[in-house]
Amino acid sequence: MLTALLPESLLVVTALVVLGLGVSMPKARTTSTAITLLGGFLAAAALLLFPIDGNFLHGMVVLDPIARIFKLVILALGLIAAVFASESFPETHFAESLALILFGTVGMMLLTGTEDLLMIFLALELTSIPLYVLAAFNKTSRASAEAGLKYFLIGSVSAAFLLYGLSLIYGVTGSTNLLAISRATADPLLTAGIVLTLAGFAFKVAAVPFQLWAPDVYEGAPTAAAALVASGSKVAGIFILVKLLIAGLGHWSGAAGWGQFLPGWAPVLALMAAASILLGNITALVQSNVKRLLAYSAIAHGGYLLLGLSSARAETLPAVLFYVIVYALTTAGAFGVVAIVEKQSGGSRLDDFNGLAKSSPGLALCLLVFFISLAGIPPLAGFFGKFYLFSAAMENPSMLWIVILAIAMNAVSLYYYLIVLKHAFVLPACGDIRPAGSPASRVLVAALALAVLALGLTPNLLLSHLGKHAPAKVASLNTENFSR
Amino acid sequence: MILTATFLSAFAGAGLILLLPERSAALARWIALLAALAGLGFATVAFLDFDSAGPHFQFLTNIPWIPQLGISFSTGADGISLVMLVLTGLIAVTGVLFSWNVTHRTRAFFAFFLTIIGGVYGVFQSFDLFLLFVFYEIVIIPKYFLIAAWGSTNREYGAMKLTMYSVAGSALVLLVMVAAYAASGAHSFDLFTLADPSKAHFAPGFQAWAFPVMFLGFAVLAGIWPLHTWAPTGHVAAPTAVSMLLAGVVMKLGSYSALRVAMTLFPAGLDQWRLPIAILATAGIVLGALVALAQKDLKFTVGYSSIAHMGFVLLGLMTLNLAGLGGSVLQMFSHGIIGGLLFAVVGRMIYDRTHTRDIAELGRMNLTKVLPFAAFTFTVASVASMGLPGFSGFIAEFTILKGSWTSLPWLLIPTGIGVVITVAFTLRALQRTFFASSEASTYTHPLDPITLPEKLGAVILMAATLAAGLFPSVLLDPILRSFQSPLMHQLLK
Repeated sequence: MLTALLPESLLVVTALVVLGLGVSMPKARTTSTAITLLGGFLAAAALLLFPIDGNFLHGMVVLDPIARIFKLVILALGLIAAVFASESFPETHFAESLALILFGTVGMMLLTGTEDLLMIFLALELTSIPLYVLAAFNKTSRASAEAGLKYFLIGSVSAAFLLYGLSLIYGVTGSTNLLAISRATADPLLTAGIVLTLAGFAFKVAAVPFQLWAPDVYEGAPTAAAALVASGSKVAGIFILVKLLIAGLGHWSGAAGWGQFLPGWAPVLALMAAASILLGNITALVQSNVKRLLAYSAIAHGGYLLLGLSSARAETLPAVLFYVIVYALTTAGAFGVVAIVEKQSGGSRLDDFNGLAKSSPGLALCLLVFFISLAGIPPLAGFFGKFYLFSAAMENPSMLWIVILAIAMNAVSLYYYLIVLKHAFVLPACGDIRPAGSPASRVLVAALALAVLALGLTPNLLLSHLGKHAPAKVASLNTENFSR
Repeated sequence: MILTATFLSAFAGAGLILLLPERSAALARWIALLAALAGLGFATVAFLDFDSAGPHFQFLTNIPWIPQLGISFSTGADGISLVMLVLTGLIAVTGVLFSWNVTHRTRAFFAFFLTIIGGVYGVFQSFDLFLLFVFYEIVIIPKYFLIAAWGSTNREYGAMKLTMYSVAGSALVLLVMVAAYAASGAHSFDLFTLADPSKAHFAPGFQAWAFPVMFLGFAVLAGIWPLHTWAPTGHVAAPTAVSMLLAGVVMKLGSYSALRVAMTLFPAGLDQWRLPIAILATAGIVLGALVALAQKDLKFTVGYSSIAHMGFVLLGLMTLNLAGLGGSVLQMFSHGIIGGLLFAVVGRMIYDRTHTRDIAELGRMNLTKVLPFAAFTFTVASVASMGLPGFSGFIAEFTILKGSWTSLPWLLIPTGIGVVITVAFTLRALQRTFFASSEASTYTHPLDPITLPEKLGAVILMAATLAAGLFPSVLLDPILRSFQSPLMHQLLK
């Protein structure tokens, strides 16, 4: 039991140590970062060295190979945010920001390792509350305060939706355990519960019509906080949504195929996906701030992920999981570049990227890799991710309507990514730019760019793990009448 | 392995140039030239090594890549591939030679240039649909930067328009790819498997929409009318080497892939849509030539002439007989060389010196006296482009016309008119630019003489079109034989 929660416990201890250090030696920022990273590596080692599978505390903590992969990814994303924190968080109370990142990471990791409604809600809150604070962390900036407040208000309303939905599911099925829920019989109240739950999760992944917070939070929050919201929080949200819908509520999926709509969560997801893809990509076309642009791109990518889920077939799960990991790594890297550029030229508007290829060619090249990957151009990972996702969704040919929409909008998306790259590569710099950014951040950005390239050239590195475990996982939980 | 070496050398050259320190423009140039020469060398050796009595597909490599989706790294070549690979090598080498004067951000220029070349080499040898598409898409992004950063007239607009057209075409292709993968049930992207009706079956209803969507997706890049408008603006905005690449090989990516993928995978769809596409191709020939006739800008004239000449390629594809298909592939090669040469003269030899492309203004400059070599080269390219016997353009377009005589005879009337207009606009551009009244010459500013790399590049391309015109069987025999292969023979009616 203790071993099962060892990585999370190590992170909590690290967070407390960092907090203590912040109080006693507020100037020792490098030391705090070093301790954070050390704690993170210990947690990763614990994950890798003690791979135990099993069900603890009646489904409150459930570990399996695929959950471990996701814990590792989330841990990595948390540490990435911690490294970028030195670029974007204010110098005062720096250690607290690191501790909050760690607490948030613990919440996301717990979220991936549970099959119980109560624990899902608790872990979600443990994730969200540190993120609210992180978004508002820059006390001298009005935009940051606005971001935090907006995130908190909309987040708590959506948490209320979610809690209500979960309570209805519990009321109808009589259990908070996903396995038990999957055996329950249908009930109209359950439908209401599912819809309310979906609304809560739609907020987490910023799907239309629950996306309004995203642009302001991405733009106003310190960039490292935005990176964590965009990457780690999304990975955890999608993973638990997959688990909840497929493993727990698989019977009530309905169908989203053209002309074959059946009531259930699949058509709801499909509609949200279509709206997110349309709104995200079209609104991104006119943005002049890169962080805001990334927010709309995140809405669009959330739409692609929901598209994969809405085909409601076990075969698409590896594709969805692969895509969310690739997306998170890419977007974390993109935010890293933005954080360094902000430090160099004082902002994240398009004009602040002018002449980047001349002042820091390496950084510009990394930006190229991340954005081209987001636009789904080979040989980068984003291309294979989309390709796999769309072909998996097409295994159900009646999903053609939404695949057409997604592919068309994906072509449109290249326009706004290219506009940013035009500023970086084609337009001359407005003034004198001195390279800034810590060596650690620069190395990390380069490493992420290499990872995106490597996963594009050899997707098998990740795919072989996901493909092996994901369908088996579903099968074990939901062997009979998994409707589609 | 020798085929793989073509694109590996290009990508390696690009990577090496990126690693150079900032102030090493000259070194970057030489590395680019060496990489291009190496690619041409590998392609030529493969062409000569090809056993004309052996199997249809040679130099085959097949390595599992993403087995979960049935994707493998599968390359090889038949006669069609080899002709296109040699063309790519020629355009790569001459493109570097005609870019010898690029001094602005030289490293980045050649790195992007070689990336395009590598992608093009890759498309022409891929026999896995996924792999082919990956190479096909690699070409898109470098094109944007090369035009937007090193181009001329309206470069940002031209670059974005060209990129969005390309990516829209790719989106159509991608859509059919994912749909076909699910529909075939073969769980493979291998072209040999997908084209084999016993392993992968596409229902006629599926082919009826999949074929036109995929064909048009590819044909956007080949400049099919009315989706051609990216080409003139893109060509004009692009720096010389990129205009050469676009006309020389990138447009051929579209027609080659349309033939290799769309037409071979969906024969039933092809039957259904053959006439409409042939009509579009003919419209491209006639209207492209007519619009070229009305241009004041010399580069626009050449740009629209590309649409007309690519119309011949697409018309040849739709004849579905040996002469038409073979002529079509030969025309891809021929127009690649001639189009590249025309853009080299207009963009590098003339525009870089005179800073104008206005035909009337150029006519006042007495260019035959000031730049005799440019005038000579342009004259040779023009007569080759008009289809004078002895040059490659004649034999290619003649073979296509012969092919359409047997299968689409009534389209020969508009096509014939197109041929006449082609002669008219080519002569008009040639006469007004170089042989306008010389006594009215008001231009006194001396122009830099033509440099050695330019002469070298021009001689290579002129020799290539002449050689292909005098000894067409060297190219045509392997091309025609390729249409007997199990992959392609079902096209012949």
